[in-house]
Amino acid sequence: MVITVLSMLERRPQPSRAMLILAPLIAVVLSVLVSSVLLLILKKPLGTTLYAFFIEPFESFYSISEIFLKFGPLLLIAQALAVGFRAKVWNIGAEGQMIIGAIAASAVPVYFVDNSSFWLLPAMMVLGALGGMFWAGIAAFLKTRFNANEILVTLMLSSVALQLLYFLLLGPWKDPMGFNFPQTVMFQDAALFEPLFSGVRLNSSIFIPLLFTVGIWLLMEKTFGGFKLVVGGLAPQAAAYAGFSAKRSVWISLLIAGFAAGLAGMSEVAGPIGQLQRSVTSGYGYAGIIVAYLGGLNPIGIVFAAFFLSVLHIGGDIALVTASLPISAVHVFQGLLLIFYLSVHTFVNYRFKSPRTAEQSHRT
Amino acid sequence: MSATTETPLLSLRCVSKRYPAVIANDSIDLDVNRQSIHAVLGENGAGKSTLMKLVYGLVQADGGQIIWDGQPVHMRNPAAARRFGIGMVFQHFSLFETLSVVQNIALTVPGNRSVLASRIQDIGERYQLTVNPHATVHSLSVGERQRVEIIRCLLQDLKLLILDEPTSVLPPQHISSLFDALRKLRDDGVAILFISHKLEEIRELCDAATVLRAGKVSGRVDPRAVSTKELATLMIGQAVPEVSARRTIVQGDRPVLELDSLSLPSKDPFGTSLRDMSLQVGPGEIVGIAGVSGNGQLELSRLISGEHVDQRLAEDAIRIHGQAVTHQGVVERRALGMAFVPEERLGRGAVPSLSLAKNSLLTAFNENLVRGGLIKQRATNAYTESCIQDFDVRCGGPGAVASSLSGGNLQKYIMGRELMLSPSLLFVAQPTWGVDIGAATAIRQRLLDLRDSGVGILIISEEIEELFAITDRIHVINSGQLSPSLTTSDVTPNDVGEYMINTLRNSPHIGKNGDHGAEHA
Repeated sequence: MVITVLSMLERRPQPSRAMLILAPLIAVVLSVLVSSVLLLILKKPLGTTLYAFFIEPFESFYSISEIFLKFGPLLLIAQALAVGFRAKVWNIGAEGQMIIGAIAASAVPVYFVDNSSFWLLPAMMVLGALGGMFWAGIAAFLKTRFNANEILVTLMLSSVALQLLYFLLLGPWKDPMGFNFPQTVMFQDAALFEPLFSGVRLNSSIFIPLLFTVGIWLLMEKTFGGFKLVVGGLAPQAAAYAGFSAKRSVWISLLIAGFAAGLAGMSEVAGPIGQLQRSVTSGYGYAGIIVAYLGGLNPIGIVFAAFFLSVLHIGGDIALVTASLPISAVHVFQGLLLIFYLSVHTFVNYRFKSPRTAEQSHRT
Repeated sequence: MSATTETPLLSLRCVSKRYPAVIANDSIDLDVNRQSIHAVLGENGAGKSTLMKLVYGLVQADGGQIIWDGQPVHMRNPAAARRFGIGMVFQHFSLFETLSVVQNIALTVPGNRSVLASRIQDIGERYQLTVNPHATVHSLSVGERQRVEIIRCLLQDLKLLILDEPTSVLPPQHISSLFDALRKLRDDGVAILFISHKLEEIRELCDAATVLRAGKVSGRVDPRAVSTKELATLMIGQAVPEVSARRTIVQGDRPVLELDSLSLPSKDPFGTSLRDMSLQVGPGEIVGIAGVSGNGQLELSRLISGEHVDQRLAEDAIRIHGQAVTHQGVVERRALGMAFVPEERLGRGAVPSLSLAKNSLLTAFNENLVRGGLIKQRATNAYTESCIQDFDVRCGGPGAVASSLSGGNLQKYIMGRELMLSPSLLFVAQPTWGVDIGAATAIRQRLLDLRDSGVGILIISEEIEELFAITDRIHVINSGQLSPSLTTSDVTPNDVGEYMINTLRNSPHIGKNGDHGAEHA
């Protein structure tokens, strides 16, 4: 069966630009169609659900601000991961790097509970970024020194990070007045980002991912360093021929990812959450992988992908309430989207054999 | 020329195959008679391989008809072609190195192993294609692997055998034994389609020839009745250019490259261990390394280029301009004046999916193309443009993607990019592999000019004629060892061939049958 399908495809002489742009759109349409069927089976109102998913997120200022609240960390992490993916460094542990970033940043308000210095927030940013870089650096070290597979190492380090987080929340960092809940004290205002508008959770940390995006775009499009990373990913032998160090690629890719994920973790604890607690990452570390690929690993594509996934997230939350959809249905929809995208993306590089040859094989 | 009245075994009528960028085959007519060795010749990119893939069912024609034994047929896939009795031996063999000969063959030919083994031996003896059925493939020489491929075709009811550039991998002594086997096959009733661009061979072996040029048939001749020059003219559409005569060489004082008893046991069980290799390249001379592929060329070239730096090597095993560089990387060696053109153009010498301009950055980044970490777009384009101009690279400009260039043009580009670095040591692997005659002549001329300007050049090549055309001295590489230096003007291709085979005899890997053909020849 697989062979029959494969034999229907042939490689395009040149990747199709049209398909590159169309692929995400087709994926959206297909996942809407399939999930519509699921909704009908669930006997949920189709119109209300789609409305909740795609229109309602834009109906109030508050929910728009919530979209951007999700958009920030997703964008930050996805941009950084895409750099690694283009260099073929498979860091799938941004989740863990984000947790360590959040922990490192939280050390400041946890140990300086009553401090209201202006430098509190910058110190948290620095610590958060360093924490993420340290955690990713472990994987880089093991990869370059012992050739340990970075997929496994980063994934397992995420579990380690989670356990470390639990340990701190249940032990030394537990809020003494917190009724035994596994969380730290609520951070003082000086340790929190200022909300951009009153009444919303969206805060000034949104500028970090936007600046970072510009930086990544410059790195990948304009600098020799970015070029070396790309060559290492596209043709490792050509990189070796040119004398570009593969180890350097591993270090740079992972440190950039650690930096971004650490900052993302920091802006969560210093933003909407306001303390260190168990669900500090909201799964951004893994969702970032999806966003990076949905955006075609392209800095500009990723902006759209991150925005789209944020809308989907908020839409899903709304659908939970207004269409009383089960949470798993929301996850199914998000999963469908990724699978369809990856399937459709095949047609960027492949196409169906021309009908003429198909007709010929039919005749004989 | 024997005009036969019987129906040809295979006829192609107006067969065409279009790819988006090129028309690979444009209304090709081809008749292959029974008991005939039919040459299909043409330059690289002339459409030979595509045409053979059409016959073998690997690709489907856009138009035209394939007629087999008088009946129009459709070659849907290679399995269908095999059922008709068509076998094909590719340039790159499809054998599993870790399996034995009989195990490899049993993958496609049904039957009891021991019966198969004895059939392999029978066929081998009948056609002088002897090979030990129980030998593991990785221990076989290239010539023996080719025999395995041919025997595999013969084990089915074979009517037509397609051979794609079969001699390009063989030392001269083995070529004649292959030819003997092919003649015997023809006499037994097998038609042979022989793809080649080597004119002398075709004149020696084939009784009919179809010449392709730019996807079209440019001539049908009896190769025995025409001269090499005429064949060449049909093939490239003009008289063959020649490289200028060699001048006497003024030897410089200090060698630009020295290898000093370089030895390195291979870590890869299928790699070649290098043993006690010594070699010098002086300024203003071209030194060639001849040999059948797989004798350590790959390992050696990676050590010389610096792509493989091995701490097990002695500190001064490799010296450039007298400086030990053994433990230094590519960039440091390039800084000493080395430039390198590798044998794989796509994926090593150039990144397939990037533009030529971007590819220039691979090695020319120090030519003022990068400032403060930023790529100077305009300077890079200008650099690439001048390379395209100076080296006559046919392409869509600096923005053309490397994989869109033909093999010959890409080689001219890579060569140009490296020469623009004005190296004092140039190291080239397979300078004209898969390059058409016109481009090959241009490249060889460049190398000679470069030598005359005082550059030391080291060439690894499997084409003996090429080495004899341009080198001053030759070493032969065999089982990871280098022969003593031979002065090119004092030796013949056969002497070089002897070195290619002789040490093979002493090699523990090669079975007793290995050199049957050579003795026969």
